[in-house]
Amino acid sequence: MKKKVLTVDDSRTIRNMLLVTLNNAGFETIQAEDGVEGLEVLENANPDVIVTDINMPRLDGFGFIEGVRRNEKYRAIPILVLTTESDAEKKNRARQAGATGWIVKPFDPTKLIDAIERVTA
Amino acid sequence: MDMNEIKEIFFQECEEQLAELESGLLKLNDGDRDPETVNAVFRAVHSIKGGAGAFGLDDLVSFAHVFETTLDCVRSNKLEPTQDVLKVMLKSADVLADLTNAARDGGSVDESRSRTLIRELEALAHGEAPAAAEAPAPRPVAAAPAPVVEKPPVNDEGFQPIPFSFGDFDDEPAGHYVPTVQIDFKPKKDLYAKGNEAVLLLRDVSRLGEMSVYCDMDALPPLDKMNPEEAYFSWKLSVTTEKGEDGVRSVFEFAEWDCDLDIRTIEEDVVGETADEEEPPMQPVPFDLSMLDEGAAGASAGEEQAAENPAAAAVAAAETASKVAQVASRAAENAKAAAASAAQASQAAAAGQTIRVDLDRVDRLINLVGELVINQAMLSQSVVENDNNGTSSINMGLEELQQLTREIQDSVMAIRAQPVKPVFQRMARTVREIADITGKSVRLITEGENTEVDKTVIDKLAEPLTHMIRNAVDHGLEMPEKREALGKNPEGTVRLTAKHRSGRIIIELADDGAGINREKVRQKAIDNDLIAADANLSDEEIDNLIFHAGFSTADKVSDLSGRGVGMDVVKRSIQALGGRISISSKPGQGSVFTMSLPLTLAVLDGMVVTVAGQTLVVPLTAIVETLQPEASAIHSFGASQRLISIRNSFCPLVDVGRILNFRGTQANPVDGVALLVESEGGGQRALMVDAIQGQRQVVIKSLEANYTHVPGIAAATILGDGRVALILDVDAVVAASRGQSLRQDISLAATG
Repeated sequence: MKKKVLTVDDSRTIRNMLLVTLNNAGFETIQAEDGVEGLEVLENANPDVIVTDINMPRLDGFGFIEGVRRNEKYRAIPILVLTTESDAEKKNRARQAGATGWIVKPFDPTKLIDAIERVTA
Repeated sequence: MDMNEIKEIFFQECEEQLAELESGLLKLNDGDRDPETVNAVFRAVHSIKGGAGAFGLDDLVSFAHVFETTLDCVRSNKLEPTQDVLKVMLKSADVLADLTNAARDGGSVDESRSRTLIRELEALAHGEAPAAAEAPAPRPVAAAPAPVVEKPPVNDEGFQPIPFSFGDFDDEPAGHYVPTVQIDFKPKKDLYAKGNEAVLLLRDVSRLGEMSVYCDMDALPPLDKMNPEEAYFSWKLSVTTEKGEDGVRSVFEFAEWDCDLDIRTIEEDVVGETADEEEPPMQPVPFDLSMLDEGAAGASAGEEQAAENPAAAAVAAAETASKVAQVASRAAENAKAAAASAAQASQAAAAGQTIRVDLDRVDRLINLVGELVINQAMLSQSVVENDNNGTSSINMGLEELQQLTREIQDSVMAIRAQPVKPVFQRMARTVREIADITGKSVRLITEGENTEVDKTVIDKLAEPLTHMIRNAVDHGLEMPEKREALGKNPEGTVRLTAKHRSGRIIIELADDGAGINREKVRQKAIDNDLIAADANLSDEEIDNLIFHAGFSTADKVSDLSGRGVGMDVVKRSIQALGGRISISSKPGQGSVFTMSLPLTLAVLDGMVVTVAGQTLVVPLTAIVETLQPEASAIHSFGASQRLISIRNSFCPLVDVGRILNFRGTQANPVDGVALLVESEGGGQRALMVDAIQGQRQVVIKSLEANYTHVPGIAAATILGDGRVALILDVDAVVAASRGQSLRQDISLAATG
């Protein structure tokens, strides 16, 4: 069975890159543009793992992760955060919010897939 | 979709983000302190940086990074966004735009400018006040092209790069020694709460090399006391791996914060010793392959199974995962296209109510609709000519067709309509740059940014507008000191306004500068033989002299307004768009340039008239009313001028046939029809034509593109009967009725 990834990112560029990378690696990909949409999409999507950006309008990555962790159904789902290397403090905040791991932007496809493999069975 | 297409998307996105950035900064500049505005600005730069990184656009990344760092200081209230700070930021936004363009189209950027800004931005992030405008470049910091991001002093939660290195262990001593790493791993419950999984971590360790594992279950309480959310197990692992300690650490990268973790390398020969000294005796569980099958079921389960059989579970999980991956990739091959299109579809849905369409397609559609309109008109005409029965069902059908065609046309035109906002935003930058160079302080106010107009008009508007703004700031506005001395606000104002008026778009550019220096303009015109030394000109006429070719009032041609482009070029480009431009100026209070442009370049509503046997089309938007002149209303005035009295006021009568040289003598007004027209800046005129044929929508065919510009004629069209008719340029005709020189132009063109 294909693994399903939900990606949440407000940048069209990054969304497309994620889409291409994940599809090429054989994942099923669902996408949302910000935290609010991410939580909406999540309800019926049943993803195996979530990849989310931090800086987003309406609801940022921290808020989104907290929202997911509060959700009975999805609170144990692995969540990977897309961060830039300089975001040490953001990484910590993301972790406090409940992120499982992180991917350093700009991601290279192998590392992204590696990280996803690492947190999913 | 391949990388090139994504890159294309990236640049499109950059443009949007840059616009967002600029409008956000301008809002801040106006005193907006909404955190969401700051966030939006930050996000814009952040997104550009993120995308640029993905494409290896290093210049862009490093500049965006410094910019972002400074913006983050504003976001976290460490830096007050004062006017001076925003000045630096607006300039940075300009450089960011330049870098983006350079990355897309090649070309280079002004490196010294971006380096200076990098220094200024870094200084701001360090809490230093921005350099005063007149001060030279700030203190020299090492001018490395790639910015060195230093840690801000009072910034304990700002960006601090954490150096990562995965390559160090390659430098291990030679002699092929494979280190054994011992790991004490005790997860906390947070580890599970964040979606990490001990089994998966063990699986990953097992992939590094030969692993032995021991699970400590002592902490496990009896079932009735057990809290399912709690973490009770801890593990002792030992793995012999080429990757060494660092390799192991990277496995626990995500988990190390939520567990007690001790990782150390054991020298091969002192294994026992070290272990004995520091640790209670550990009993390695042998790596038993036979356990794999049994353990498979437990692979997906939680820690209980893993505890019973951790290694097996871990290995099995790995096995399962790789199988899954294989199956998945095979399935992927088959279903790739389907999945991709489905994903794209959902993405499109998510993107909201807009679609992106290639401009060529829209233009093709517009052309076809134009042809459809002509064809429909021809059809109507031939039916009317051949139908002797009066009304028929065909006529009714034709009327409906006409209405539908009209609606289709309007809808298609609406597709091309775009707000003028992007052009206006570009002007903000122009104002900043020129204010900087001239040392003047200028505020640009824009109004009606959402006024929509055809895309072609927008595209061609930028250049004349840029030039006019340069002029307004360079020549119009006074230096701050002078303004102050005059009792004006030292900061000059340039106001750019767009609005719709009677089917056209009106763009006004007003400054509150010195206004036109009429004496100087007059003198210059005399010097350049544009007018006779004793010519008696009204203020309005003097003002309009600046639109003459080769006219510039600046004593010396400055670097800015110079460039060999005068207001005559501006006027010509506006005219090429079917527009007109006029100026009104008040000494000491400033000048207002008014441009009136058609909303679309494709169709217009026109009145079809006959003049001296020729069929002409007069744009309906220009016509105020039509009337049948009576002999008693016509009054002669001077040698050849005539006036018509309309409801107690007099209005000059202009014989179109005479102006266009269709006939040598003036026609008798009583035989024709007068069209009362309103022209830009020129007041009302009554245009004499011989007869009115009707009113219809015509498709504009450019004369310039197919023939050449004809003075007095704006364009041509094809009528329902297939004949070509010329579209009258009302303003040119009115102007020709006033000025001598233009009339010569026209006669020349008409004869030649």
